[in-house]
Amino acid sequence: MCMTCGCGSSEVLIRGRKPAAKQAPVRFRLHESAADSGHAQRIVKLEQDILSENDRHAQANRRHFQQHGMLVLNLMSSPGSGKTTLLVRTLEALRDSCALAVIEGDQQTEQDAERIRATGVPAVQINTGKGCHLDAQMVGRALPELPLPQGGMLFIENVGNLVCPAGFDLGEAAKVVVLSVTEGEDKPLKYPDMFRAASLMLLNKCDLLPYLSFDVDQAEAYARRVNPALRIIRISATTGVGMADWLAWLQALRTKAPEAT
Amino acid sequence: MHEMSLAQSVREIIEAAAHEQGFVRVKTVWLEIGRLSCVEAEAMRFCFSAAMQGSVAEDAELEIVDTPGRGRCPQCGHEAQIVQVYEACAQCGSYGLQVIDGDAMRVKELEVE
Repeated sequence: MCMTCGCGSSEVLIRGRKPAAKQAPVRFRLHESAADSGHAQRIVKLEQDILSENDRHAQANRRHFQQHGMLVLNLMSSPGSGKTTLLVRTLEALRDSCALAVIEGDQQTEQDAERIRATGVPAVQINTGKGCHLDAQMVGRALPELPLPQGGMLFIENVGNLVCPAGFDLGEAAKVVVLSVTEGEDKPLKYPDMFRAASLMLLNKCDLLPYLSFDVDQAEAYARRVNPALRIIRISATTGVGMADWLAWLQALRTKAPEAT
Repeated sequence: MHEMSLAQSVREIIEAAAHEQGFVRVKTVWLEIGRLSCVEAEAMRFCFSAAMQGSVAEDAELEIVDTPGRGRCPQCGHEAQIVQVYEACAQCGSYGLQVIDGDAMRVKELEVE
C-alpha cells in the first residue's frame, strides 16, 4: 500500500469468494470515569469531521474566487484520459474571449504546466511528490504564484487518479470528471465516489469508438446509476466533436458562477 | 482514498484539542468511519499509528466506529441499509439513492489524561 495515501492493494472484498477478513465487531467501550480508574482520565467529545481543516481552506479559496469573479473548475480523471490535451484545446478556444489560468497537479515533472504555458495561458505546477491528489491548502498556496484571471476562469487539473481527488473540496464551482473510451465502461461503478462528486462527465476520445468495443450507452447508464443528475458530454479533444457543448456548459456556469459556488 | 493525509488531519484535530483543553496524553481515539465514506478502515489503522508518532496520541488505541450506509429513495421515499451508493431502491427500483447515513469520517471522542 502507498505509505502516503493509503491507495493501493488494501482491497478487502474479493468478488466470487467469501468476503475475507470480515472486520471484527466494533467495541464501543463504556467509558470509565476518572474516579474509577484513579487517574485524571476523562472523555473529550469532539465530533469533528476529519476533512474539516481541508474544508476550511476550501471555503477560503471559494471566497477568494468569488471576490475575483472567477469560475473555477476541478478536472479529475485516471491517468491517460486525455485531460491535458482536452484542457489545451479548451484554453485555445477560450483565450481570446476571457482571462484564463491553470493549476496543474502531478506527482512529478512540470511537463503539463509547460504544455499549458505553450498556449500562452499562465500555469503553475503543483508536484505532490508521493501524494495522490490536490488538497485545498495546496491550491491556496499556489494562487499567489499565478496572475489571477479576474472575471475569467481557473482550471485546476487534479492528479490523475479516480479515487482520492473525489473527497477533497478545493473551493471549485464544479468538479468535472473525464472518462475516456479507451477505459472500461464500468469505471463509474468501480469508482463511484468520483462520478458521484462530479457535476459533468466528459466522455473523451470518442473519435476512437469505431476501433473499440466500448459500449457508450452502458457507460453512461452506469454513470447515471451512480449520479442521476450527472451531465454527460461525448467529446474528442482530437477532432473537436463535442467541444461546442463543453464550451456552452462552461459559459452557462460562468454566467451563474456566484450562485454555483 | 487518502488515509495517510486523513490520519494526519486526525492528528491535527487531536493536537488542537490538546492545546485547547489541556490534556497531555490520549489513550484512546474513537473514529467514526462510515461504510460509504471512501475511507478503508484497515488502511486507516495502518496509517494511524505512523501519523500519531511524536504526538500526544503516540500510543493511543484506535477504535473505529463502523456505521452502515443508509439511503433514501428520491422517488418513493423508501429508506434502507445500503452497501453501495449506486444500488437500486429495494422497493421501486429507482437509482440515485440519497445517502442519509454512513458517509461520515469523524473524530468522535478521545479518552485523555
